[in-house]
Amino acid sequence: MADRDIVRIAGGQGFWGDDLDAPVRQVEGGPIDYLVMDYLAEVTMSIMRKLKDRDPASGYARDFVTLMDRIFPACVERGIRVVANAGGVNPDGCAEAVREAGRRAGVGGKARVGVVTGDDLMDRLDELLEGGHALAHMETGEPLLTIRERVRSANAYFGAAPIVEALGRGADVVVTGRCADPVLTAAPLIHEFGWAADDYDLMAAGVLAGHLNECGAQATGGNAMPEWWTTPDYDRIGFPVLEVESSGAFTVTKHPGTGGRVNRATVTEQIVYEIGDPESFLTPDVVADFTTIALSDLGNDRVRLEGIRGRSPTDFLKVSIAYTDGWKSEGTLLYTWPDAVAKARTADRMLRDRFERLGFRLDDVHTEFVGWNAAHGHLSGDPPVDAPEVQLRVAVRSSDRASVERFTREMAPLVLTGPPSVTGYAGGRGRVQEIVAYWPALIRRDAVDSLLRVEVLDV
Amino acid sequence: MTQISLACLAHARSGDKGNSANVGLVAYEPEIYPILVEEVTEERVKAHFGGLVRGRVERFELPNLHALNFMLYEALDGGGTVSLRTDAQGKVLSTALLRMEVQVADDIARRFEGRGFIPEGWSPEGA
Repeated sequence: MADRDIVRIAGGQGFWGDDLDAPVRQVEGGPIDYLVMDYLAEVTMSIMRKLKDRDPASGYARDFVTLMDRIFPACVERGIRVVANAGGVNPDGCAEAVREAGRRAGVGGKARVGVVTGDDLMDRLDELLEGGHALAHMETGEPLLTIRERVRSANAYFGAAPIVEALGRGADVVVTGRCADPVLTAAPLIHEFGWAADDYDLMAAGVLAGHLNECGAQATGGNAMPEWWTTPDYDRIGFPVLEVESSGAFTVTKHPGTGGRVNRATVTEQIVYEIGDPESFLTPDVVADFTTIALSDLGNDRVRLEGIRGRSPTDFLKVSIAYTDGWKSEGTLLYTWPDAVAKARTADRMLRDRFERLGFRLDDVHTEFVGWNAAHGHLSGDPPVDAPEVQLRVAVRSSDRASVERFTREMAPLVLTGPPSVTGYAGGRGRVQEIVAYWPALIRRDAVDSLLRVEVLDV
Repeated sequence: MTQISLACLAHARSGDKGNSANVGLVAYEPEIYPILVEEVTEERVKAHFGGLVRGRVERFELPNLHALNFMLYEALDGGGTVSLRTDAQGKVLSTALLRMEVQVADDIARRFEGRGFIPEGWSPEGA
């Protein structure tokens, strides 16, 4: 436990594929104590599982290793510790690669890497099912057995404890697989301030801090609506820096001289992002009540959050399961003025008639007219009068791969056989994609807690 | 009373949870929040989205942030990776909700008309 009044935690990555330079800017742009990075969205684990099936040494966010090559020396020099769920389905492999990066970067012997494993339930699924854990779908109630054969990954969202342990054992970098996203930020706070696990108001403060950090620039002006056209310098947007006090109150800000902005509106938009019942924000460590947050906009890109209340967590952890569920593909064609929409609609009708005549077994055919109704459907109203152009986008889904394959050959012929003034098929045939669907479930926490392992290794 | 676009009164952010989406709706000013509570009801939101939301709509209140949160169940055609929609994760259901029209007092309408939209004369190269 350090003797600090304020712990500065910076969010460096909102998802796997986010701005690669953002974490570097967070390290270089001002004082921080921790850099936390969230690489895992709901379905990322199944993508990583696919990679690992092909190459057992992969299955984690390689971007993180490349990043550590760049920032490891600066982090060691300034005492900045890094927490990331970059481990995906192979945290050990990721930790090993990070240690190699450290040696390449010249911090061999000067840093330690912690790794948390045990969230991966894939090899224990049958044992769990036989043990009475139904892993029923949270929305539909169906038992997992109905799709057992098609499961590709299964991971429990664990809480802060193992990360706190790794930090306590001196890890400068902590690599995890699946954990609840806000935990990446909450764990360093618990470690630094010695917050008790049953002080639920403090646990809730940690979770709220994590919720503000976990989507990167979405808390600091990115993707924020109010007067977006006046947002300063999107191109060098500052990612969130949280200045947290031992009381749990904290200020959301960003490094000086960066773009974007922090105000009541940008922070509130992130607070309500991907939440359900705000009185019961469920996490492994606490049920946080977002209706108790007191928000003050201090000006100068500073927003203070305090007062959040929490209560004891449930006996369950969430499990994210991915399973294969058929095939899909899509194709697009661009029709131009005059009468662009009428041409695209005629082509859509032709396609659907052909699917029927050829006996394609398609579970769903979805048509969008990009430029008119792709995003808002019927809420877009009537087609625009005299539209300069519209893109026809047709997507299909089926449990029959052959039908989806055949579909990919049906778009191109329309260029010569259908309505005129059409272009945009240079990309060739659409790709057939296997659908990996998401199956959220709950599991009693005692079935997972005993599996979690923490290792801390020298670089 | 005057009819006005919700886009003039509030901003919003949306995202996915499995096959469901949420839309957080935030009043531009505290005085607008009671209007949202009164006007943007579960029933009206359900009717507004029509076929885009197959399941029910559930509303939650965050008076401390002058915000409402809407859960839109079965709104994503199967969810993130299954959905055939461009907006498979419901990221722009936010602006879809803002298309709704609500009734407000005349003076509110006068003061908020056009808020949420780029002012005339703006150009991407700067003024």
